[in-house]
Amino acid sequence: MHVELYERIWMWAAGALILVFLGVILVTAGLHATAPPSHIETVDPATLETHPEFGTPAVTEMPDGRVVAVVVASMFMYSPEPMEVPAGRPVTFRITSSDVIHGFQIGGTNANAMAIPGYVSQFTLRFDTPGEYLITCNEYCGLMHHAMVGTLIVRGGRP
Amino acid sequence: MTARYRLAAAHIGVGIAAFGIAALLGVLQGLSVADVEFPMRSEDLYYISVTAHGVLMALVFTTFFIMGLGYAFAEACLGRTTGRRTAWFAFWLALVGTLLTAQTILRGQSTVLYTFYPPLQAHPIFYIGATLLIVGSWIWGGVFIASFRSWRREHPGVPAPLAIHGLLATIIVWYLATAGLAAEVVGMLIPWSLGWVSTIDPVVARTYFWWFGHPLVYFWLLPAYVLWYSVLPSVAGGRLFSDPLGRMVFVLFILLSTPVGFHHQFSDPGISAGWKLTHTISTYAILYPSFVTAFTVIASLEVAGRLKGATGLFNWIGRLPWSDPFFSSVALAMISFTFGGFGGAINAAYAMNTMVHNTAWIMGHFHITLGTTVALSFMGATYWLLPRILGRELRLTPLARVQPYLWFIGMSFFSISYHIAGLRGMPRRVYSATLTGDYGQRWTALADWAAIGGVILFVSALCFLTVVVATWTTGRRIEAPAFDLSVPLRPVTAMGIWDRFGLWTVVAIVLVALAYGYPLLSLLATERFGSPPYQPF
Repeated sequence: MHVELYERIWMWAAGALILVFLGVILVTAGLHATAPPSHIETVDPATLETHPEFGTPAVTEMPDGRVVAVVVASMFMYSPEPMEVPAGRPVTFRITSSDVIHGFQIGGTNANAMAIPGYVSQFTLRFDTPGEYLITCNEYCGLMHHAMVGTLIVRGGRP
Repeated sequence: MTARYRLAAAHIGVGIAAFGIAALLGVLQGLSVADVEFPMRSEDLYYISVTAHGVLMALVFTTFFIMGLGYAFAEACLGRTTGRRTAWFAFWLALVGTLLTAQTILRGQSTVLYTFYPPLQAHPIFYIGATLLIVGSWIWGGVFIASFRSWRREHPGVPAPLAIHGLLATIIVWYLATAGLAAEVVGMLIPWSLGWVSTIDPVVARTYFWWFGHPLVYFWLLPAYVLWYSVLPSVAGGRLFSDPLGRMVFVLFILLSTPVGFHHQFSDPGISAGWKLTHTISTYAILYPSFVTAFTVIASLEVAGRLKGATGLFNWIGRLPWSDPFFSSVALAMISFTFGGFGGAINAAYAMNTMVHNTAWIMGHFHITLGTTVALSFMGATYWLLPRILGRELRLTPLARVQPYLWFIGMSFFSISYHIAGLRGMPRRVYSATLTGDYGQRWTALADWAAIGGVILFVSALCFLTVVVATWTTGRRIEAPAFDLSVPLRPVTAMGIWDRFGLWTVVAIVLVALAYGYPLLSLLATERFGSPPYQPF
C-alpha cells in the first residue's frame, strides 16, 4: 500500500499521541489508584425499607475513624437530607436507589455516581473545604427530575 | 422523480420530515431550560419533547437518511438494487414502526427518553415500534449486501468503489451494534412491558444498551465519512489523496466501534474498574481512524486548491468553494468534529469522565458531533443529492448557501455554553436550569446563551426545510446530474487485505466477545435483584 511520506509521518504522530493519552490515563490510574466508582454489590430494592443498612440511611462515624455515608435516592429526593460530613477525612459513600435510576453528583467535586436500584454504588472522597455543597440528580428519573437536589454540609475542624 | 432513485428519495424524505419535527421540539427545549415562558410550557411537554427529539433525531432521521444514502449509492455505483420489492416492504415496516413509536411518545405514554433505561417503563408499543424500525434497517442492509454480491459476481477481483466499501462497513457495524439492542429490547424490555416477567435488571439492560449505543454513533459517522471521502474532493475540484487508507479506516471502524461501550458506564456500579479501563483503551484506539481521515480529507482539499492555482502554504484554503452549500456544510462539519473529537477523548478518559458524566457538557458534546458533524454533513448531502435523485434543480440557492453557516454559528453558541455549564455542574435533561429555588445560578446565564443558539439553529433548520420542500415540489426539471464521485490520485486496481470483509467481520465478532463476554457472564452469575416497572410521567 503506497502511503505518502507526510501522511506516514502524520499516522505515526497520531499513534504516538494516542499512546501518550493512554499512558497518562494508565499511569494516573495505577499511581493514584484513580478509578471511577466500580463497586460490585447487589441489594434487593423490594426490601430496602427493612434493610439493616439502607433502611435507615445516615452518615456514621466508625470507631476506626472512617466516615460512611449511606444514601438512598428516590423520586425525587435524597435521604438523609442534609448530609453532614467532617472536613479533611475520607468519606465512603454507599448509594442505592429505591425506585428508578438516579444520578448523584456533588457540585465542584469528583463525586459523580449512578444510583441504580438493585446495586450499591460506592466511592471514597475527602472534602478539604468546609461549606455547603449542592447534590444534583443528573439522570432523568421522572417529571420532577430537575427538582431533585440535595445538600451536603462539610463541617470544618474536628468536634 | 428518477424512477431508479425512488427508494432513496422516499427514505430521505421521511428522514428529513423527522428532522423537521425534531428541530421544532429542540428549540422549545432550549427555551424551557433557559426558563423562557411560552404557551403550553410544562414539565410533561418538556420531557415528552426530549424523548421525541432524541428518538426522531438519533434513530429516525439518521436511520432513514442512511438507508436512503445506501440505496442511492447502490444504484449510482453498482447500477442495481437487488430485491427492490423487499426493500419497499422494509421501508413500510420501518415507517409503520416509527409512527407507532411516535404516537405513543406524543400521547405521553412513553416519556422514557431515547435511552429508555429501565426500570422506567414505556408503553409496549414504544419498544415494538422501535423494533420494527430496526428490523426494517436490517432488511435494508440485506438488500445492500445482495446488490453488492450481484455486482461482485459480474466484477470479480475489482475493488469495490470506496463509497460502497464504506457503506458495507456501516452495515456490518450496524449488525454488530443492533445485536446488543435486540438482546435488550426483545430479550428484556418487551416481555417486561407486556407483564410476562415482573422485574428487570437495570445494569444488564444498560450494558446491552451501550453495546449498541456507542457503535450507533459510528453508524451515523461512517456514512458522513463516505461523503467526505467520495463526494467532497470532487465537489471541491480536487482528487482523493489516498484511496487505500480510506479502506483501512473503514475496516478499523468495523473492528473497534463496538468493544468500547463501558466508557458510557464509568459511573455505574456492577462493572469492575478493570473492564472499564479495558474499554478505555479500545475507545482511544478508535480515535486513530479519525486522525487518518483528517489528513486524507484535508490533503484532498489542498490538492483541489492547488489545482485551482494556489501556491502558498495556506492560500489553497481560500480557493475552495466556500459558497457551495455541500462544501461549506461538510467543511464546517469537519471543523466541529475537531472539537467534538477531543471532547470525546475527555469523555472517554477513565478518571476525567467524572467531571462531565451526565452534565450539560454531554449535550454540548453530542450536538457538535451527531448534531453538527453528522447532521450538517447530511444536510449538505441533501443539497447535492436532490438534483441527482429527483432530477430537479436546487431552488432558493441563496438560502441553501447561508444555512450551513447559520447552523454552525447557532451550534457554537449552544455547544460552548453547555460545555462550560456542564463543567460547572449543570445536570443534563432538566426542565429548568435553575432547578429549584436559586440553585443553578452558576449556569443560568449560559443556558440563556444556549437558548439563543437554539433559536439560530431553528432558523437554520427552517431554511433547510424550505429549500428541500421548494426543490421537491417546484424545482425546474432537469436531466439528473451524474454521481461524480472523487477520483483518487492513485487509483486502486487490485483487491487487498482491506477488502476482505468476511475476515474482518469475524475478527470484529471475536473482539466484541472478548470485550463483553466475561463482564456480562460474571454479572449474570451474580445474585441480582430485579426492579418492578415505574412510570413517573
